[in-house]
Amino acid sequence: MKTLPIESGLLLAGVLFTLGLISVLVRRNIIFMLISVEIMLNAAGLAFIVAGSRWAQADGQVMFIFILTMAAAEVSVGLALILQIYHHLKTLDSDAADRMNG
Amino acid sequence: MAFYIASAIAILATIMVITRYNMIHALLYLVVSFLAVAVIFFMLGAPFMAALEVIIYAGAIVVLIIFVIMMLNLKEESVEQERKWFTRNIWIGPGILAFILLGELIYILVASDTVLLNNKVVDAKEVGLSLYGPYIVGVELSGLLLMAGIVGAYHLGRQKRKVLHRFLQSTEE
Repeated sequence: MKTLPIESGLLLAGVLFTLGLISVLVRRNIIFMLISVEIMLNAAGLAFIVAGSRWAQADGQVMFIFILTMAAAEVSVGLALILQIYHHLKTLDSDAADRMNG
Repeated sequence: MAFYIASAIAILATIMVITRYNMIHALLYLVVSFLAVAVIFFMLGAPFMAALEVIIYAGAIVVLIIFVIMMLNLKEESVEQERKWFTRNIWIGPGILAFILLGELIYILVASDTVLLNNKVVDAKEVGLSLYGPYIVGVELSGLLLMAGIVGAYHLGRQKRKVLHRFLQSTEE
């Protein structure tokens, strides 16, 4: 198999991260914002894997495991928060939760 | 060549994710995107990470979000609401600005010297030796983070008790 240039992998990570960033900026639905954060974390992990493949070391994959752990913990806490917000406000609109008086 | 096909699938599936109105459709495209990224991990010489991507991202996280959407019991009008929110003048500003930043990133990457990737496969044994050797502090902190995540999710997801015990009811009066 032919070897790839490192730019192609980093470009893919950058494009995926930008798509997730656009989505988290333009969406008003909280679940869609959580999904977009997952896309961005996955793109960051892809960049780590590409860098680890460049140097043929295991460190990039170790960092990917840490990102994976963080994403799993973040999505569980985030979904619990979304359930509470929907229970209180009866909507998924992120603009509805702009007052801090509970 | 296979790398570019998988990259195109990942980018197209992600575009479909961020433009859907229906949440379940978006999550199904998200699974396709994660599977394409797993194929890329396999080609980059990280087969263990490809397996973890399929199991945890495409398996656990997406299924968790689908379960929460099922618990919320959303109706058809949520799709209409999403269609009303997702108008053109909402996404045109952030989209253009983010794409300008992406253009700068592409320019920086293309203008630098070309470096070829290694074809060497870094397997699970090497990752495990590194994980439990120099990175053991990170593993312990990950355990702490997961513990905090469990406790936080339990505390936040708990519903208020509606039925009080009869002793508590009598003291309230």
